[in-house]
Amino acid sequence: MPDLGISVLFKGKNLPRLLGGLWAALRISLISVVISFPLGILLGALMTLKNPFVKAAMRIYLEFIRIMPQMVLLFLFYFGTTRAFGWDLTGETASVIVFVLWGTAEMSDLVRGCLISFPAHQYETSEALGLGKAQLYRYIIIPQAVRRLIPLSVNLVTRMIKTTSLILMIGVVEILKVAQQIIEANRTASPNAAFGVYLAVFFLYFIACWPISMLAQYLERKWG
Amino acid sequence: MKKWGKILILTFSLGMSALFAACEVPAEKDSSADKDRDYRTLDEIKESKVINIGVFSDKNPFGYVDENGKYQGYDVYFARRIGEDLDVEVNFVSTEAANRIEYLQTGKVDVILANFTVTEERAQEVDFALPYMQVALGVVSPDASVVKSLDDWKKGDEMIVISGTTAETYLIKNYPQISLQKYDSYATAKNALENGNGAAWANDNTEVIAFALQNEGYTVGIPTLGSQDSIAPAVSQGNKELLEWLNDEIKVLEEEGFFHEGYKETLADTYGMEFEDSLMVD
Repeated sequence: MPDLGISVLFKGKNLPRLLGGLWAALRISLISVVISFPLGILLGALMTLKNPFVKAAMRIYLEFIRIMPQMVLLFLFYFGTTRAFGWDLTGETASVIVFVLWGTAEMSDLVRGCLISFPAHQYETSEALGLGKAQLYRYIIIPQAVRRLIPLSVNLVTRMIKTTSLILMIGVVEILKVAQQIIEANRTASPNAAFGVYLAVFFLYFIACWPISMLAQYLERKWG
Repeated sequence: MKKWGKILILTFSLGMSALFAACEVPAEKDSSADKDRDYRTLDEIKESKVINIGVFSDKNPFGYVDENGKYQGYDVYFARRIGEDLDVEVNFVSTEAANRIEYLQTGKVDVILANFTVTEERAQEVDFALPYMQVALGVVSPDASVVKSLDDWKKGDEMIVISGTTAETYLIKNYPQISLQKYDSYATAKNALENGNGAAWANDNTEVIAFALQNEGYTVGIPTLGSQDSIAPAVSQGNKELLEWLNDEIKVLEEEGFFHEGYKETLADTYGMEFEDSLMVD
């Protein structure tokens, strides 16, 4: 059987290092999720307002974050803020800021899309029934919105976890960087290590993202 | 609706230009006002007791991380010595080829020691210290017919190169009579040489030397070809004190034979001892 480079994973502290890299990636995405989701919900609700200034401001923010590749945003916040304002952000802080901005934008758009998807007759009917604004949201809109949002936002979480593979460019040593380090350190001893190590990385990402996807499916079925 | 679209685009572009302007202004100030400099002076580094040195973490044998998570390699060996002589801790920062200049320009590292080749373009953005290594091109060929010189190249023989490398451009410019066999990747070029498709293989000399050492039956007939490129430490532009200190340090270490020691410790496994003179600075 050819050497697939699985053995290098068990050399020294390689496996704990890889797990540590996974944790670094997960930590940044989870912190970002915790901060960006409430913000996104708030902004998404604001976006449904008819006020043209709020609308324009939100639109600009959303398009700016969407058009910019995440890599550019990371460079902008890691190196750009040092150049412009002299802030010395760590790679992790810069990553969290970028992921919060990005997550908030994406989440707010999901929330907006969800809120405007309710047919007008629901609003009109509840008004006809004599429900107030607060009651309308409390009993009609929010319960439905949460159901529609959960699968979408869970999908966003897995996307954020996967996008952390970019942060190695601003010096954060996450799982992919550790993998590259392991492969290169064993370049001569086991030239095929790339296969085994990337296979391990695949499984680790999978183990991290799969339960989240399963949860989304479960909730979709339960509330769908 | 159309009107709103226009207003939107206008606001967006205004916002963008404001953002870029914000990034530009302080950069201009830097050259005139000293307190706005981006780097740390030698005294500041000594005072903080930590020096930030940018190294590769995945370029064996120059800078890499071993299975215990420790930085190793030729660049790292040198970096540790710098820390020792400055009496400070070394904080290794993992850099990529594409962001080395950015790290220096923002002062996020004090020194880059990441197999940094000195070029004119780079010298306009960062300050290079004295070189501690040199690289050039090299030619490897089978033991049966070692190519020792390119001047008496047999007609009909073909030279293996990887497309887009310096070896390709150098040969086209200086030896137009040699017909080239071009491959896209290291692996395919390696196969071609092993299958005897070409008479020899031209590539960076570090690559061909390592190849000949790992694969029996091949010899590096030409260990240095073309212009020598220097590998040197780099500091942020204008960081004179640190640059001078580094230059003095390199001179002292050179005399002491430190770099040969480093070669033996870190590079000999990959390149063997016989090519030390081809890779070291005299």
